[in-house]
Amino acid sequence: MSKKHHENAPITARQLTDEFMRLKKGSVSRRHFLGVTGLGLAAAVMSRFPGAGAFNSAAYAAEDLGTQLSIATWPNYHDPATFENFKAATGVAVEVNVFGSNEEMLAKIQAGASGWSLFVPTNYTISTYQKLGLIEELDLSKIPNFSQESQNARFTDQGKIDGKTYALPKNWGTTGFAVNTSKVKSPIKTWKDFFDLAQTEADGRAMVHDYQLTTIGSALVALGYDFNSIKADELAKAEELLIKVKPHLFAINSDYQPSMRSTDAWMTMCWTNDGAQLNRDMPEIAYILGTDGGEIWTDYYAIPKDAPNKAAGYALLNYLMDPANAVKEHIANGAPTTDSRVIALLPAEITGNKIVYPDEAALTPLEFGAAVTLTDPGRAELMARFKSA
Amino acid sequence: MVITQEFRKKLVTLALIGPAGLWLFVFLVLPFIAILVFAFGKRAPEGGYQAAFTIEQFANLGSRAAAFVNTLMLAPAGAIACLLIAYPVAYYLAVKAHPRHRLLLVSLVVVPFWTSLLVRTYAWMYLLGARGIPHLLELIGIENVRLINTPGAVLLGIVYGYLPLMIMPIYVSLEKLDRRLLEASADLGARPVSTFFGITVPLSLPGVMTGMALVTILLLGEYLIPQLLGGGKVFFIGNALVDLFLQSRNWPFGSAIAVTLVAVVVVVLMVAMRIAWRFAGTRQVDLV
Repeated sequence: MSKKHHENAPITARQLTDEFMRLKKGSVSRRHFLGVTGLGLAAAVMSRFPGAGAFNSAAYAAEDLGTQLSIATWPNYHDPATFENFKAATGVAVEVNVFGSNEEMLAKIQAGASGWSLFVPTNYTISTYQKLGLIEELDLSKIPNFSQESQNARFTDQGKIDGKTYALPKNWGTTGFAVNTSKVKSPIKTWKDFFDLAQTEADGRAMVHDYQLTTIGSALVALGYDFNSIKADELAKAEELLIKVKPHLFAINSDYQPSMRSTDAWMTMCWTNDGAQLNRDMPEIAYILGTDGGEIWTDYYAIPKDAPNKAAGYALLNYLMDPANAVKEHIANGAPTTDSRVIALLPAEITGNKIVYPDEAALTPLEFGAAVTLTDPGRAELMARFKSA
Repeated sequence: MVITQEFRKKLVTLALIGPAGLWLFVFLVLPFIAILVFAFGKRAPEGGYQAAFTIEQFANLGSRAAAFVNTLMLAPAGAIACLLIAYPVAYYLAVKAHPRHRLLLVSLVVVPFWTSLLVRTYAWMYLLGARGIPHLLELIGIENVRLINTPGAVLLGIVYGYLPLMIMPIYVSLEKLDRRLLEASADLGARPVSTFFGITVPLSLPGVMTGMALVTILLLGEYLIPQLLGGGKVFFIGNALVDLFLQSRNWPFGSAIAVTLVAVVVVVLMVAMRIAWRFAGTRQVDLV
């Protein structure tokens, strides 16, 4: 299977017309036409043609998976083709809910009846979900595609609590900043630079996440404190900085790609995968890791205890753990994988991309988020005060 | 068994208000009681609600003062801006427009409601974003204008979204206006301007007050427009509530703010009624 990322991208109207003209002229076959335009797949999905694809295997037929499942995840985080293919293979349509913060996900699950059968929490939240009894131990026998041996333990051990596996890694990544270098000319290397420029050269054009961990954490780092600090005096200093910066910000929003692409925003806090996607489409947007610190993270897949369609949740999780499917996800999403089987399948232009796989030295100052920040009332209230100020 | 006249009457009453009453009880009264109980509780260590009896949450209301001030300024400001634009439109529709075109014109006011407010607000995001109006301004040499994520953008979104709700009640009250009064006024020598302010405006006040109350009350709970056009920086009470329930998971404090908001709405409504009664004399005014 070829692995060029544009093969996953939906076909444009222009390409469709071109292919159609080629079909009419007879220079390509009908089969080729259906293949490149995706119409073949669409037709297969709609007719539920028995034996339409290689996926219609006995493995999925053994259990009744229903027709629908909901997943909670992050903006711009999956290859849309993944869910279409999953539907073609199993008949289960995937409804995608996107969130701006882990706190928001936790709130939804805590309130009960979230309706999700799979969700994508970040490393530092898993112990809390387990403690509150909101997730259950995964039955690894239902996920044969997962391979513990090929995983990088550095990024995966937080999915295990007391030797039991509660979550499987989706990918790891970093939190740095994306800068449109055609608009912002000053050099920017640290979080201190980020907050300084937000008030000067990028006045009215900088974005921070609507997310306590990274927004408060980065402000703490800019002031020389620990990313995960919950000390009252340090948080007070961070609040002072954030409230001083707020009138200069473009927005407080975790979905920053649209604003960066339209060039409304020139600079934003940014996750690896968004940085890679932005830089891929607009090379003038650079993705930079703060040399003074910042976050390194792993996102996991977990199944809520009250999942309405657990069977389909497991089926989708197993599907995503298949390296052949996972590799497409990584190419589309741009976040680095934890699975060496997937790395082996990735094209060199991705494994050699310094945004996705930075040098070890750039990762040294970064920290994993700490569980305490998720539930600390001081950080929660600080974030709320910052936003309502 | 003989069904008496009186029993039958009661049965009819029950059948008429029963469904709505049950609906309101289950989905309004019961949740409100829950919110009231939560408002006197404490935030659990991991977030959520923990039983307690404390007024701590209400004592903390000051920390959301900015959101209250924003809402209490922008809601009436939005309503007044709507009124200033809506009144001439309603007047034109009811008095000046040709009767044959009236129905078409009135339906044009309603047409935007066929599309969800969310979608229309997203459209404004693109119009006000860098690829929209600022891009056109760049073509004539005005560079780096930022329109989106400003209080002005929020006000624009509000006026756009709520304008039909202001036009319709004013239109209805102007349409009912007895034209003979205007003729009598002219016959008695009044100029058009004094007829307008002496007859038309006072008689349309019930419509104006209905529109003002409707728009103001809806705006007090507005969440979407400030979120999308204010970039999460222009904060309304609605946004503070969403934040407390969906981010910091401080349900008791969120409940206390919700209770306070309801109290504010009741007060606003009562004040609006007072004013309406004073303007309209002793006549009954339909508010909402």
